[in-house]
Amino acid sequence: MFEPEIMCFLCKWCTSTAADLAGTSRMTYAPNGVNLRVMCSSRVDPQHILYAFRRGADGVFIGGCHPGDCHYVEGNYKTLRRVTLFKNILRDLGIDPNRLRLEWISAAEGRKFAEKIDEFTKQIRALGPLNLNDQALVAREEKNE
Amino acid sequence: MKNDKKEKRIGLFVCHCGVNIAGVVDVEKVAQVMKDHPGVAFSTNYVYMCSDPGQQMIIDTIKEKKLDSIIVAACSPTLHEKTFQEAAKLAGLNPYQIEIANIREQDSWVHKDKERATRKAIKIIKSHVAKARLNESLEPIKVDIKKRALVIGGGISGIQAALDIADHGYQVLLVEKNPSIGGKMIQLSETFPTLDCSQCIMTPKMVEVSRHPNIKLLTYHEVESVSGFIGNFKVKIKKKPRYVFESLCNLCGECEKVCPQIAPDEFNMGLSFRKAIYMPFPQAIPGTYTLDAEHCLGLKPVRCGKCKDVCDKKAIDYDMKEEFFEEMVGSIVIATGYDLYSLQALGEYGSEKYDDVINGLEFERILSASGPTGGEVRRPSDGKVPKNVVFVQCCGSRDTEKHNPYCSKICCMYTAKHAMLYKHRVPDGHATVFYIDVRTGGKAFDEFYQRTVEEDKVLYVRGKVSKIYKEGDKLIVWGVDTLTGKKVEVEADMVVLAMAMVKAEGVDDLLKKLKVSTDIHGFLAEAHPKLRPVESLNAGFYLAGCAQGPKDIPEAVAQASAAAAKVGDLFAQKELTHSPEIVPVNTDLCSGCGICITMCPYDARSLDKERGVVQVNEVLCEGCGACAAACPSGAAQQRNQTDEQIFAMLTAMLGG
Repeated sequence: MFEPEIMCFLCKWCTSTAADLAGTSRMTYAPNGVNLRVMCSSRVDPQHILYAFRRGADGVFIGGCHPGDCHYVEGNYKTLRRVTLFKNILRDLGIDPNRLRLEWISAAEGRKFAEKIDEFTKQIRALGPLNLNDQALVAREEKNE
Repeated sequence: MKNDKKEKRIGLFVCHCGVNIAGVVDVEKVAQVMKDHPGVAFSTNYVYMCSDPGQQMIIDTIKEKKLDSIIVAACSPTLHEKTFQEAAKLAGLNPYQIEIANIREQDSWVHKDKERATRKAIKIIKSHVAKARLNESLEPIKVDIKKRALVIGGGISGIQAALDIADHGYQVLLVEKNPSIGGKMIQLSETFPTLDCSQCIMTPKMVEVSRHPNIKLLTYHEVESVSGFIGNFKVKIKKKPRYVFESLCNLCGECEKVCPQIAPDEFNMGLSFRKAIYMPFPQAIPGTYTLDAEHCLGLKPVRCGKCKDVCDKKAIDYDMKEEFFEEMVGSIVIATGYDLYSLQALGEYGSEKYDDVINGLEFERILSASGPTGGEVRRPSDGKVPKNVVFVQCCGSRDTEKHNPYCSKICCMYTAKHAMLYKHRVPDGHATVFYIDVRTGGKAFDEFYQRTVEEDKVLYVRGKVSKIYKEGDKLIVWGVDTLTGKKVEVEADMVVLAMAMVKAEGVDDLLKKLKVSTDIHGFLAEAHPKLRPVESLNAGFYLAGCAQGPKDIPEAVAQASAAAAKVGDLFAQKELTHSPEIVPVNTDLCSGCGICITMCPYDARSLDKERGVVQVNEVLCEGCGACAAACPSGAAQQRNQTDEQIFAMLTAMLGG
């Protein structure tokens, strides 16, 4: 069975805390995702998402606070706008926009976190590998660096 | 990743957490694999890193192996990040060189497949190594504290918070939008379960507030806007025109006598009338008349001017205007209270059509010795003594479908009190209570309820009321007794509805100005429901009373005192520190486009017009990073979470 590589950007205040709660409550979910904690989902730059795809991620998951609950007042609205726009660009680039998912998961929603990760893993598994980690591209970039 | 600097020596400490981690993740293997990873100078594992010997091992190893940075792979950083930062500090390491890799909550506890969990742990740790290689040593930003508090709301919670903070020795500004302090509690007749007279126990506190040297009382004032941050809030306050000089008014009352205009009396819930120039109630603080512009003729083009003519003290000034002024405070206590759910929301109970269907607060005024009937139970429509009174609980509470899903907490007790007091005043009357459950959790609460049932012979019917309508002179309460399953019809002369407690009217606007978070019902959200119940998530804001959720008087007072103690904690510090993990500007790269300025919710960024670059107020920046993600040139980089670091972490997670 294809095991997708999933990158998860989780905001410190809500979704990362929800992921902790899922752990404390001993829920289980697919181990495909690896979490990167950011202060706010609005810290996630479309460049980070694209970079993850190019480096071999098959799916990118972003978790933020529910609308109205952002610790930084309105960061999650910024994320929503960016993700909505960026999905169009992904489509233009030939990447299925379903490979990028934004979810609102509050600190109290451990179960929702586990469910969403399982659901997303299944979805990406069905989409198959992205195979965007073009060796030449990566090599060129490393040269530039 | 090329780095001109000398390669850091990073130490990795993998925790077993007993079997919590080691039972799933092969910690030996993890430590072994990471030994040869670039940048890692030392790698080990231990049964409990957070234990004293575990911490000592970290301290000794940092010194012995001359480590520049450490990674502790253990539980969530919310638990022990501070522990390990402190330990590292003892070894002379900058706390910002510590990374916590969460391999428990986000790995061993949520996965069963040992091999995959171990692989995931390695990925997580590698990402932190990648980040740690680029972490800078930082010093917290130091900020002065303005040791002065603002309390918003002059009900019992606000009064208690203000008194406590003032007694700690700090200055307090108490802002109340109404002409007098006292809030809802001063309107109550007696309080459960002791039947203390509410005014008798409250007025001494009100007087104390007005006389306390550390309290500046600002009644008939409103908070207009708040900017700044914990320790340094700038508050703009609006002084509403009272049209009477507080300092001159001697309460002779001549103005009131000659005033030709009447208006519904808010203090009596509209059950009686007052003049357009009025004292809200006899014990009002401050003791002064207030002219209500909405009902006064004198302010309109054709002036009446009667009150001004009779005022010997020349205390009345029709030309008074709104005034605005600014104050600096270090912390803000929000005690804005509650309101009752609107009677209109329950149309089937007929309160719009029938004067004798009233809410609990109206009944409090009827019971009160200072109320419209002087404490005699008389119904609003015709002043007759009602012989049958029906009390309906949970009006708009505990109704997930149409109204509020939560329990308003105090209604069971105050309804029992209402029924008991009614029976004391009208011994030959009949009181019937419709309830869903009777909830009497509290000291001496259940005994009080039992007394209502047993001694005062109040009839409790378990069931909801579906409709109230009029038949002739009588109100018919139509409901169901869910214990017998039978339909019931009760004739009543008066019906008292225990309306749900809801967020205070107009509080949304205020809370938006303060930028504090609320729950889905508009009550203030606490920083942690169990462990930080009187603090807002927004630093520097504290919560007191029913603004946070329905509660009774002792709970409101306890919370107010707790909030005041928290303000005391804050003010006891010499200075505050602010996280240095903010987003500065690399002026070499900044083009001054200003996109980051529009991104910032804290007004921390502004354009330096002379140099054409953005400048950052480091103290205002909260470090969310929204600007860093938006900056087109990469000039805005979050300290210790730069784009370079995020790319490096992604590379590490995705297999290098």
